[in-house]
Amino acid sequence: MEPIGNIARETWHFYKKTLFLVTRGSKIYYTWCLSLLTMIIIGFIFYWKQYEMGLIETNLTDQVSWGLYIANFTYLVGMAAAAVLLVIPAYIYQFKPIKEIVVFGELFAASCMVMAILFVMVDLGRLDRFWHMLPFIGSMNFPASLLAWDVLALNGYLLLNLFIPIYLLVRSYYGKKPNWKFILPFILLSIPWAVGIHTVTAFLYNGLSARPFWNASILAPRFLASAFCSGPAMIIIIFQIIRRVSDIKIEDSALFKVAELIAYSMFLNLFLLGAEIFKEYYSGTVHMASFKYLFEGLHEHTALVPWIWTAMAMNVTAFFLFLIPSTRKRLSTLNLGCLFIIVGVWIEKGPGFVIPGFVPDPLGEIHEYVPNLLELMVSFGIWATGLLIFTLLMKVAIPIETGEFTHIEYERGVITKKSLEYLNRGMP
Amino acid sequence: MKNKNLTRREFIRNLSVTALAGASLPLLSSCSKEEVEDFLQKHFLEMTEEEKKQVIAKLERRYVEQFGKIFQISTQEALPETLWGYGLELSRCIGCRKCVYACAQENNNSRYARQLHWIRVLRLKRGNLINFEDSEHYYAPETVPEKGYVYLPVQCQQCQNPPCVKVCPIHATWQEPDGVVVVDYNWCIGCRYCIAACPYKGRVFNWGEPNLSKDEANPNVHYFGNRPRMKCVVEKCTFCIQRVRQGRYPACVEACPTGSRKFGNLLDPKSEIRYIIERKRVFRLREELNTEPKFYYFFES
Repeated sequence: MEPIGNIARETWHFYKKTLFLVTRGSKIYYTWCLSLLTMIIIGFIFYWKQYEMGLIETNLTDQVSWGLYIANFTYLVGMAAAAVLLVIPAYIYQFKPIKEIVVFGELFAASCMVMAILFVMVDLGRLDRFWHMLPFIGSMNFPASLLAWDVLALNGYLLLNLFIPIYLLVRSYYGKKPNWKFILPFILLSIPWAVGIHTVTAFLYNGLSARPFWNASILAPRFLASAFCSGPAMIIIIFQIIRRVSDIKIEDSALFKVAELIAYSMFLNLFLLGAEIFKEYYSGTVHMASFKYLFEGLHEHTALVPWIWTAMAMNVTAFFLFLIPSTRKRLSTLNLGCLFIIVGVWIEKGPGFVIPGFVPDPLGEIHEYVPNLLELMVSFGIWATGLLIFTLLMKVAIPIETGEFTHIEYERGVITKKSLEYLNRGMP
Repeated sequence: MKNKNLTRREFIRNLSVTALAGASLPLLSSCSKEEVEDFLQKHFLEMTEEEKKQVIAKLERRYVEQFGKIFQISTQEALPETLWGYGLELSRCIGCRKCVYACAQENNNSRYARQLHWIRVLRLKRGNLINFEDSEHYYAPETVPEKGYVYLPVQCQQCQNPPCVKVCPIHATWQEPDGVVVVDYNWCIGCRYCIAACPYKGRVFNWGEPNLSKDEANPNVHYFGNRPRMKCVVEKCTFCIQRVRQGRYPACVEACPTGSRKFGNLLDPKSEIRYIIERKRVFRLREELNTEPKFYYFFES
């Protein structure tokens, strides 16, 4: 019984200390967390209205039946793949500067997965029937439905990206080296799995012959290429914040390496897009309508045109910023490039990808969709949830990585207490 | 083999649902018994006869409350040796939309604050039938037909190879033995993947609570067809499953003033639809997508 009691005590101590860590911080930390919390609450209130009244509270229609939620979902699946761009150099090529920070990347991926799943959930009309989708409990249409595949792929990736970093952190907490024989297979599995979540999400659209805009086999490669831009760009920004607010040393060389990888991905992304545009415009069939709607507007409907050209300008600029070593290796231009990529890919892979699939619709109707306030607020709420989760995870992970939060410290406490008791008893 | 699998799945499911119910007991205890029942209601095809009866009784009670009428909720199964097919003679259609409104009336569609229709009539300039980009869906002249235009009514084409069924993540929609694609409105989670997958816009969504008044409610319904729906589920044409399984024509066929609409059993060599397919010039929409519609457009030959 003694060891179980010990473990319980230790675990209790760990959680108590964790709670302590996340509730203590600087003024900026409190402001950050409280503003995120406010956004979450506002988002939830708006969502509650949607839940009560139905999706009629959004601007979605039978013509454009997926909108901002699914756009964000698609984008975030891409963000989550970011971890892979750290995992490969860290564990396979043993690139030391990245190996030290890869755990944060994995936790970032997990946070993105949470957001992606939340975006699907708010898009469901009947969240109360969510259990119909659970494997074994509900009646999943597996393997026919790609959405069923996505449920498995996304949740699997979430679990992997929680399990791996938590294992590594707990080992580090106990001051022990990780058992590589045990954890390496999981790490290696997470690489194809990241490609998998992307491919499955791309196939979700790709398989629909009713929607020529999505029904192009270049879709999955394009998804991957753009994902390897936006995720790592976010990571570069986050790492700079982490190294400013904590004692973690993140070398510039790690950031520059990631930026270099982004440049290659962005080249691929632009190339694949170019290939698609060529095919559509040169052959010029009726299937070009959605492309036309996106890039030039269709029958005077031009809602997306300024957005997509902004995205194009941002992506191309960022590509050159990251390609040229002198601008890549200067933090100001590096960050500008990251910002351009985060926004540019969001437009391209989010609204710029989802909405044109519905315009014109299969019977040729052109209905323009612009999200309303409720959709925006719910979306902000979910982004805030993801950021808050990531912040809290960091608040615990960073002290473990720097060695401030360890088990040794706890043991020292126990030993001191025990020896004191012993001394007390020994005293006459 | 299939049975064995089913029992195992059933077992796991029952176990999990019990666990789920147990875990959410504090939450559920705040709901009424009926709400809990609704929450745990099974897929219709997986219910026992007893459970089906209970569900129907519950629905009947609710409809009386809601509409002040006694509803006849049929669960009649597909007739043997039947595969329903539809014919539409384009040379006769005058675009009057009588079918559109007869359909909504028969099928208890929401009437306002989203008015839902299962039939959509496209107005096309003469000289084109395939490219819908120049079609007009909301034409409203004083009188029809208009010079220089042809009309193309589109509804669910009851594909033999339906993309909507393939993509549904939870088997909430399927093809019946008589070829009609139906929805279990109590199982649909409202993800709208089927809407994205349909090349004919054959499905519409209840974006809010459907608005159907007491006077307008049609009490002769089928569980998979025209029973009143709830918010945030998808719905579609079922060839009036409540009528055709009782030997009647779909409402749109009866409503058409020009006799453009034909209906019958594709497996019966003596049926009108077979006569049309064999003797007239028929075509199907978007045949290149391999969806195998059972909806045949034709011209006088």
